[in-house]
Amino acid sequence: MNANLFIPTLFAVVFAPLILGIINRTKAFFGGRHGQPFLQLYYDLFKLLRKGATYSKTTTYIFRLGPMVGLVCVLLATTLVPFGGIRSFLCFPGDILLFAYILGLMRFFTVLAALDTGSSFEGMGAAREVHFSALAEVAFFLGLIVLAKATSSASFSDMYSSSFPYIWIANSTQMLLVGVAFFLVLLTENARIPVDDPNTHLELTMIHEVMVLDHSGPDFAFILYGSALKLWVLGTIFTQTIFPFRSGSIYLDLLFSFLAMIVLGVIVGIVESTMARLRLLRVPQLLVAAAALSTVALVLSMR
Amino acid sequence: MTFFLYSLSIFLVSGLLALISKRSAFLSSFFGIAGCVAGCVLGLIPSIQVLLSGQGLSFSFPWAMPLGAFVLNIDFLSAFFLVPVFVLCALAGLYGGQYLYSYRSTHCLGFSWFCFNILVGSMALVIVAANALLFLLAWELMALASFFLVIFEAKKESVRKAGWMYLITTHIGTAFLLAMFLLMAQSAKSMNFMDWDKLEYLPSLARGIFFILAVVGFGAKAGFMPLHIWLPEAHPAAPSHVSSVMSGVMIKTGIYGLIRILSFLGFPSFWWGWTLLAIGIISGVLGILFALAQSDLKRLLAYSTVENVGIITMGLGITLLGIAYQIPVLTVIGFVGSLFHVLNHALYKGLLFLCAGAVLHGTGMRDINLMGGLLKRMRYTGLFFLAGAIAICGLPPLNGFGSEFLIYFACFTGGIPGSHNVAIPALALIIFLSLIGGLSIACFSKAFGIAFSGEPRHESMNHAHDTGWLMKIPMGILALSCILVGFLSPCLLPRIFQNYLSAEHLGILEKATFSLSQITIASIVFLFLLGILALVRSLLLCVRKVETTVTWDCGYAAPTARMQYTGTSFSQILVEFYNFFLRVKQKLSAPKGLFPEPGSFSMETPDLFQEKVFSPLFVRTGNVLCILHTLQHGRIHLYVLYIIVMLIVLLLWKL
Repeated sequence: MNANLFIPTLFAVVFAPLILGIINRTKAFFGGRHGQPFLQLYYDLFKLLRKGATYSKTTTYIFRLGPMVGLVCVLLATTLVPFGGIRSFLCFPGDILLFAYILGLMRFFTVLAALDTGSSFEGMGAAREVHFSALAEVAFFLGLIVLAKATSSASFSDMYSSSFPYIWIANSTQMLLVGVAFFLVLLTENARIPVDDPNTHLELTMIHEVMVLDHSGPDFAFILYGSALKLWVLGTIFTQTIFPFRSGSIYLDLLFSFLAMIVLGVIVGIVESTMARLRLLRVPQLLVAAAALSTVALVLSMR
Repeated sequence: MTFFLYSLSIFLVSGLLALISKRSAFLSSFFGIAGCVAGCVLGLIPSIQVLLSGQGLSFSFPWAMPLGAFVLNIDFLSAFFLVPVFVLCALAGLYGGQYLYSYRSTHCLGFSWFCFNILVGSMALVIVAANALLFLLAWELMALASFFLVIFEAKKESVRKAGWMYLITTHIGTAFLLAMFLLMAQSAKSMNFMDWDKLEYLPSLARGIFFILAVVGFGAKAGFMPLHIWLPEAHPAAPSHVSSVMSGVMIKTGIYGLIRILSFLGFPSFWWGWTLLAIGIISGVLGILFALAQSDLKRLLAYSTVENVGIITMGLGITLLGIAYQIPVLTVIGFVGSLFHVLNHALYKGLLFLCAGAVLHGTGMRDINLMGGLLKRMRYTGLFFLAGAIAICGLPPLNGFGSEFLIYFACFTGGIPGSHNVAIPALALIIFLSLIGGLSIACFSKAFGIAFSGEPRHESMNHAHDTGWLMKIPMGILALSCILVGFLSPCLLPRIFQNYLSAEHLGILEKATFSLSQITIASIVFLFLLGILALVRSLLLCVRKVETTVTWDCGYAAPTARMQYTGTSFSQILVEFYNFFLRVKQKLSAPKGLFPEPGSFSMETPDLFQEKVFSPLFVRTGNVLCILHTLQHGRIHLYVLYIIVMLIVLLLWKL
């Protein structure tokens, strides 16, 4: 077996928490602050892993299972997406579907764990999560259809293969539109501004953060790490769609893809610094806009 | 074939025995269950034999029925539909034994068991009948048996209303089928299915008419929107093992009939595929939206049946388009995906209805908004419901994902790269299937999360108890088979279809099963990683302090269980967004003034088609027909006059 196949997963596992550090430093820069260290999330994870845990007496094994299933799902998702021109560990026609549905399984268990606490706050967060992600899924699939149509394949590794830059140049408008749609999906799925504010302290307005209010200790570490990985995998899909760069050398490609991820962190940071969170009723409109962008791309590629 | 005939006769004899011994609840239950299980096991033998060997079985028997002939034929298609029928009915029968027994003092169990076994037998007969008249007779027997099963609790008005609605809908469907079969038999000059191959040479207009009649006739049974209105009424009214059988397999006889008729009609026009695809999309999306808006657990499951039938129909639609535009990938994988979904839906919907029955049995409630905390009180039922919920949302690694994957796969590999004729329907299917996927996660996280998690919202939850073993075992077997079928699908599907598909088509299927095998590998990796993570977590926690406290309540001193989010509040944000389709009725009397009176709020989602289309239609028709009431006045001498007038008219006509 080719050891290269593990590189996309390895990059994700090692560097995923760094992107959040970059986002936070960008936000601090815009706020005129020094900000937390780039490696803050790594410290947080180690701190949480060394702590005990507190459980509500309402909860059952679903609550304990939720963070673990979520982390394993997203770990599996990292084995499906190529990185820096290196094929993913699992690649087969239709792996895009497994990717979308494995993230669905993660969402299902996160929502069940939230409802398991019997808290109204977490119920609200769960209801919003399932609502928005059902729409985000449509926008995501529309984008995938454009990619599948352009590359005549149904696997991430075949889509972002070495010939992708040529396909990209021939379909640049569509790719840019899909890229923007994927970016909106990424913001929604990862609970970033303008959909959700990860830094708010008001339970009533949150989505993702409110669902994990009751988790603590190692469980919470799993959740934080899982969300970092989710940002990473969706980010790799976005960056590879927007920046199709291939030099022919593995190391150069990897370096470039890594830099692209840092750029993604900066972009997200800029969006978070310059925008306010949307009202919850406006979020579906954002997602419908994402779907509309993908649809325009689709019309362009089908003409 | 002998086994199959034995099985049919066992259903009849055991049903009659149950009816005779109706004075003793124990004896009639015993005869009913024993006959049901024995008949199903005997029936499974020839079905599996046909599936594995590819050799069809047939049987004919001289029958003194005008136009009819007792011809039975088990080919691949019949065998494929027979397997879920026998498996689910045997398990539901076992479950029903204990479930119905608690009604023994007030209801006649013998009659219910008689109808149940007749229902199972007639479903099997529908699937193997190879003669139009025999098919219609079995179809009617099935409708009547299930009608009597639905009105088991006929003392309740809501149950009688539900049964009535079912009876009418199913007979409207049968009327279309009768017309279709008569026209087809006239064209083919035979009532036997084996002579119907020549129907494919008819002009496309005639075949189109047959297609429409079949879609309406079988669609009423299968639950195509807008003919689905009986499902959300009849499934909650029926005893749970009956709803399980009706939803899991009986409605599939509609799908079976449609496929069977399509097999006679030859090369399809492109609009057939579009019609089925459109029906599938409408049923799928509206079905899951209405499911989301329900607070009655069994009603929710009934609407979700409409959704799943929609997915099956979408797959059939894309199959027909594949044939019409000669794209074998769409045809083969779309068809295998639809059939696989038929099997999967029988397993997990059967399971979910049995679980809903266990909840009803344990708490006496069907309203999700009053439930809560059941996972602690009904551990097994909760676990089985969770398995069913994961499967029905189409999430890996359970079986629901396999069939949805195949349908998606057909579209992505066969439809999207093709010409606009197939790319556009494939596109529509992918988009709506992904929307359905997202919404069903919402629907079943609500069903499980509100009913089984949190704190009890009503005092009757505190007395909830798990069911006995006779009810647990069938649920456990179904849950296990959902898991096994999910993992083994890459081995199962080629094995089943190898005798049915040509070598070229089998090659196409193997591409899809290769992907399924990769998914199985991914699932095994998933379980492995989950095990490691669980180990890590327990190692980390075993040396640290683990505390138990209350759920975070913002420091409020006296939280109560009634403050929890309910099912209605969970779905409210979605229901409002999709209100254009749902037309939710809200009643709010808000508290007013400085010293407010108690306020109230209620919300219900009646069926749109029933409210806006069928009720007005039937009321109008009823009003028009009321004119005829003047003829029926109860005066005997005038009735005698009618007869004389009629006789004279007939005499004059013949002169």
